[in-house]
Amino acid sequence: MSIALSTKSGELAEAWRALEAVKDPEIPVISVVDLGIIADVRREGEAIVVDMTPTFAGCPALDVIRVDIRAAIEALGHGEVSVRVVYDPPWTTERITDRGRRQLKEFGLAPPGPTCGDGMPNLDAVPCPLCDSTDTTLESIFGPTLCRSIHYCNACLQSFEHFKQV
Amino acid sequence: MDTVFETPDALNDRTRAALIDLLYRLADDELIIGHRDSEWTGLAPILEADIAFSSMAQDEMGHALAYYHLLSELGEGDPDTLAFGRSPEQFRCASLVSLPKADWGFSVLRQFLYDTAECVRLSALAHSAYRPLAHLARKLQSEEKYHLMHGRMWVLRLGDATDESRRIMRDGLAAAYPHALGLFEPTEADEPLAQAGISPRESDLRKQFESAATPVLREAGLIAPPNAEPVYGGRTGKHPDALASLLDGMRLVYHTDPDAKW
Repeated sequence: MSIALSTKSGELAEAWRALEAVKDPEIPVISVVDLGIIADVRREGEAIVVDMTPTFAGCPALDVIRVDIRAAIEALGHGEVSVRVVYDPPWTTERITDRGRRQLKEFGLAPPGPTCGDGMPNLDAVPCPLCDSTDTTLESIFGPTLCRSIHYCNACLQSFEHFKQV
Repeated sequence: MDTVFETPDALNDRTRAALIDLLYRLADDELIIGHRDSEWTGLAPILEADIAFSSMAQDEMGHALAYYHLLSELGEGDPDTLAFGRSPEQFRCASLVSLPKADWGFSVLRQFLYDTAECVRLSALAHSAYRPLAHLARKLQSEEKYHLMHGRMWVLRLGDATDESRRIMRDGLAAAYPHALGLFEPTEADEPLAQAGISPRESDLRKQFESAATPVLREAGLIAPPNAEPVYGGRTGKHPDALASLLDGMRLVYHTDPDAKW
């Protein structure tokens, strides 16, 4: 049994730590915290509420992630848990931590470029996560999941996937 | 200071009814075009094209679900029932999305026109006075940019490639453009939505759409049919027969056991 944390901030800190163990099911090296999809953790009466802001609204992994988040917080024994999907704040590239970007690259996924803001995304010359060359070509705007595009590195002659910025 | 509506409770009956009408249009457009996109899975001309339409299908279905959730919050019922339990005449999608996928040229043209219109609409709705819709529109806008990139790329590539591709694209544009204008069919909800600051009028959005689509079409060597007569009816439940066939297929599994737990 965990040490009872009497302060409100204590139980929320514990919740955040628990969330660091919840990984993206498709990219199991990165936590939902490092991905930047946890918008808020707070207590509302009897429940701990976790707001998640999805990377891509149609992502089918969202349901799995929501179940995993609920299980992780329920295991702490602090009462009811409510997991909500929110679009404010909207998820953008800036929410990925530096550690998360490193983890993506080590996994072989090129980290996303800067947020496009009002402009169109730039998928040209994405640095290769395998050899760091920028002599790369876009092969497909879309990939095996909603968040990925497919590229080819002309330097090391391998294809790789890229986490798309929004 | 302009009024903003943070929750459904803040709306009066007239505004609420108009908002519900708008959300059905948005949700149904996304659901049906998502289904049409999925019809290319396994059949597209090259692998990347297959991945593209399958991925866009997944996006559109997810977006439809998000809009149906907004409708749920306004008391319209659960998303599964809204998507699978309504009859064709209860749908509020425009005819553009109901049209069969036809050939590759028509499909990429339809996708380009639809996404150009959607980007115009989402840009406006990102400032909606109904904040839940504004937040969702802002999010979806960032994702739809990739769809627009795809549509533009194919229209530019095929519009000016060979005699055959030019002919197919010209025919496709002549067929699709009147239905694209139908996306902006005026409705009784226009005035209450404009007055409440929830959405611009359809006529304003249509002008913005034409300004956005025309330069890309021109660069592709294509001309939107001047004085095209918009095809209306979808926004009041009058649909091509193709929609009923689509819904029969889409709902087949659901209707074998609507109470099943998945």
